[in-house]
Amino acid sequence: MAGMNKVVNSYSEALSGLENRMTVMVGGFGLCGIPEGLINEMVRRQVTGLTAISNNAGVDDFGLGLLLQGHQISTMIASYVGENALFEQQMLSGELEVILTPQGSLAEKIRAGGAGIPAFFTATGYGTPVAEGKETREIDGRYYVLEPALTADFALIRAWKADTMGNLIYRHTAANFNPVMATAGKITVAEVEEIVEAGELDPDHIHTPGIYVDRVIQGRFEKRIEKRTVKSHNV
Amino acid sequence: MALSREQMAMRVARELRDGDYVNLGIGIPTLVANYIPAGIEVMLQSENGLLGMGEFPDETAVDADLINAGKQTVTAVKGASFFSSADSFAMIRGGHVDLTVLGAFEVDVTGAIASWMIPGKLIKGMGGAMDLVAGARNIIVTMMHADKAGNSKLLPQCTLPLTGVGCINTVLTDLALLHIHDGAFHLKELAPGVTIDEIRAKTAGKLVIPQQVATMVF
Repeated sequence: MAGMNKVVNSYSEALSGLENRMTVMVGGFGLCGIPEGLINEMVRRQVTGLTAISNNAGVDDFGLGLLLQGHQISTMIASYVGENALFEQQMLSGELEVILTPQGSLAEKIRAGGAGIPAFFTATGYGTPVAEGKETREIDGRYYVLEPALTADFALIRAWKADTMGNLIYRHTAANFNPVMATAGKITVAEVEEIVEAGELDPDHIHTPGIYVDRVIQGRFEKRIEKRTVKSHNV
Repeated sequence: MALSREQMAMRVARELRDGDYVNLGIGIPTLVANYIPAGIEVMLQSENGLLGMGEFPDETAVDADLINAGKQTVTAVKGASFFSSADSFAMIRGGHVDLTVLGAFEVDVTGAIASWMIPGKLIKGMGGAMDLVAGARNIIVTMMHADKAGNSKLLPQCTLPLTGVGCINTVLTDLALLHIHDGAFHLKELAPGVTIDEIRAKTAGKLVIPQQVATMVF
């Protein structure tokens, strides 16, 4: 790396500095938009005791499920973990601590973390188990829960296109949590489908400005589909 | 006769207004998209970051980067847009989504809803449901009126862990359409062949029955 050039040439370099017991944000919704190669590299490095922040926990043999197989995650912050039997086992045995967080609050906690806002009030979860132990406040006749921000040692995200300076463009619903997580990592690593020279992306079309991105790596993606559904099965 | 899933979706679809932005939950709510009335234009919001969700793709158009909140492959309609999860929930929490349709285990006379957790059973998580019920201007819950043993799911007070409080104003069950206000369920319409006595027997929460109750026509 030199100057503003964020491109790294190996997964090992991409996750340099990742250690046991760190907090890691991982982008994606289900298996859509996950940084596949970076997850595989976490498996290869055998880091353990991780706190993982991700909307979902992958499936048994893909995505974050691979980290569960190696018992590498000790705390999981997610909104929905329904598709993963391994997750269920580790949660029920107490090996895995799970902090279920409403999806919108999760996104906003990460956004706030990246934007330097330590906490915010939201109506989401008021009067529910999510609000237990949290400060609440009445504002203009409505009740709100104080939600603290989230940041991470590493934010591992996936984008469609990057330039060498780390400017990113996402594709379709593969954006999901990736743009907010990009802002909230002490070190943000973007695994992308295509890297172009700086200047080749239209500045008007950039979703994540390069200031948020520390490392960019050319990825290799299987892009597995969790629920392939086609028109003939409609209705 | 209790309504079929498709009839429930058809009835909900009649609540759509021209120009609405609508979020449809998983299950029966998803089916509502199949029954949007002619002459009504709505945009479907999928909370994973899509406004303008279309139908399922042809085999050749399947795209791993284009899914709905149920993780199924979908398409995007003309005029659609993609955005981050934070933007998506800003739309939802900020009250920009006109109508949300979602399922539930229980609702009560105060408008509370329980839809995400049954203690002792597997906990899968609330996903976006808590944000949706806290943020939408108008929410329709689709659910069974009673369980298989006949126990009401329309209660004086929810017994399961809550998804939200004071947020539900319309419930469509397999037996009836009801509004919730002033601490009671107000019967608005009956499913074809369902009697008021059956609704009385299967509604545990306070029930208000007006002089005239329409029967749904399909």
